[in-house]
Amino acid sequence: MAAMFSQNPLMNGPNYSVNDAPRIGAPEGAREHRFDPYTDNGGSTLAIAGADFAIMAGDTRLTSGYSINSRFHPKLFKIGGTTADQEDATIVLSVVGFAADGEALKERLDAICKMYRYRHGKPMSVKACAQRLSTILYGKRFFPYYAYAILAGLDEEGKGAVYSYDPVGSYEREQCRAGGAAASLIMPFLDNQVNFKNQYIPNSGEGHALVERERRPLTRREVEVLVKDAFDGAVERHIEVGDGLQMMIITKSGIEEVLLPLKKD
Amino acid sequence: MDHRPQAWGRPRDDVYGPYDASYLHTSMPKTATQSPIVTGTSVIAIKFKDGVVMAADNLASYGSLARFTDVKRLRPFLSTSVVGFGGDVSDMQFLDRHLTELAIDEAYEAEGCSAGDVSSSPSSTSSSDSSPNKNGQLNASNLHKYLTKLMYRRRNSFDPLWNQILVAGFDSASQPFLASVDLRGTAFTSPSLATGYGAMLAQPIMRKYAATEEDAARLTREEAVKVVRECMKVLFYRDARSLDRFSLAVVTKDGVEISEDEVLEEQSWAFAERIRGYGTQTV
Repeated sequence: MAAMFSQNPLMNGPNYSVNDAPRIGAPEGAREHRFDPYTDNGGSTLAIAGADFAIMAGDTRLTSGYSINSRFHPKLFKIGGTTADQEDATIVLSVVGFAADGEALKERLDAICKMYRYRHGKPMSVKACAQRLSTILYGKRFFPYYAYAILAGLDEEGKGAVYSYDPVGSYEREQCRAGGAAASLIMPFLDNQVNFKNQYIPNSGEGHALVERERRPLTRREVEVLVKDAFDGAVERHIEVGDGLQMMIITKSGIEEVLLPLKKD
Repeated sequence: MDHRPQAWGRPRDDVYGPYDASYLHTSMPKTATQSPIVTGTSVIAIKFKDGVVMAADNLASYGSLARFTDVKRLRPFLSTSVVGFGGDVSDMQFLDRHLTELAIDEAYEAEGCSAGDVSSSPSSTSSSDSSPNKNGQLNASNLHKYLTKLMYRRRNSFDPLWNQILVAGFDSASQPFLASVDLRGTAFTSPSLATGYGAMLAQPIMRKYAATEEDAARLTREEAVKVVRECMKVLFYRDARSLDRFSLAVVTKDGVEISEDEVLEEQSWAFAERIRGYGTQTV
């Protein structure tokens, strides 16, 4: 029926649009075998924001199918330092999903942060970096980076900031977020332990009269234990998670890195 | 007036009939390597105290046909690194040409480097004065990064080089280096690595000897070579696309030694008799 609305009533045949021209000899339907540019390399990440710190964590296993490719492949990266070793970086990015896309995404964001510092003479704020990361991801909306990114740092007031993303750049700031293979195992635990969901004061009433437990920001020590517990749980129930736990703790005095063992089975 | 630019300057439909635009298209989408054709099977490698050992058999298969039985799948780079290729053999040869070109450019840029260092002839030990990172030339770590970017770029253009590649040599800190990159640009390192069937059959054996970097740093060269030979034997027993003739490369600070006519020794097929459950036996 589209031809009825043609601009030129004389041209009711096939229109001139190059895309509409008939394809002669083109194969019917899809090809039998096509290169799939994506894989899933497993692994899981987790970030929690505190009052004056943020913690990012990820396991160090890299899988493909049932094989373990590497037992030490970091998913956490310091972003936007002045040097290659990122000594003075203030932002941490974690990527999980397809490792090659994750690596490419990290390198692009890092290059952009370095250019920002060079042009403006100051490091990028987490807020600005978070927005830019969203733009980068959305820029590849139709051939996405298959990576679940989480960005952590300290905001302008010095409070812990965690931004979480989907592969095409939707993002929001949150108190905590789990990403990757075991996200569905870890996130409910975090809802309960960080945001105190479904926690009530015992005997405070029935039904709607129940009084919720008071919400308070967690201390750094509490969060570190929580992270280890979350990952120990995930390792037990998910085959793509394990080997090592890499944690980065962002405070105003810099980024501290901790490596802990996880089960290697 | 037709407002569509595509229509301008073409014969009018109402005068000449529908315009045959078929020549504007090639009849097929661009056909890059969409699947591997002639293939090499596993490449395996393990780090040891002062270097890396790598091995791959000399077979290039055409499906299940053992087509070429004398193919060199381990290639030296600048006499300081070794690159091992699994997967499509024509893509391997393309990469090999590309890397040779790169090595020549590198050698020209590096001062006082003789041409003989560039293309080390097979089965030869290179000059012992060549340290891994002399004159700021590409070391194995740099080479691996280069190959990773190359492979990732090709996957982004949906024209992948259908290989899994192992790179062995030394990093910038002169420590033994071993890393892998595949057709999608996924890159990783480990004390021992294996591609294809090797990942299932050889990797567990190698991990017994070098589970961690510390374990690998205690292995001697002799032990590492022995483990790799044992793994090649296991692969020959169980991988139907493998061969008993293989290449073995040892990278140390003294250079690259590749021997391309190794033969599997002390094979014992006695285990085959005890296998039940599939095959031709009736009981």
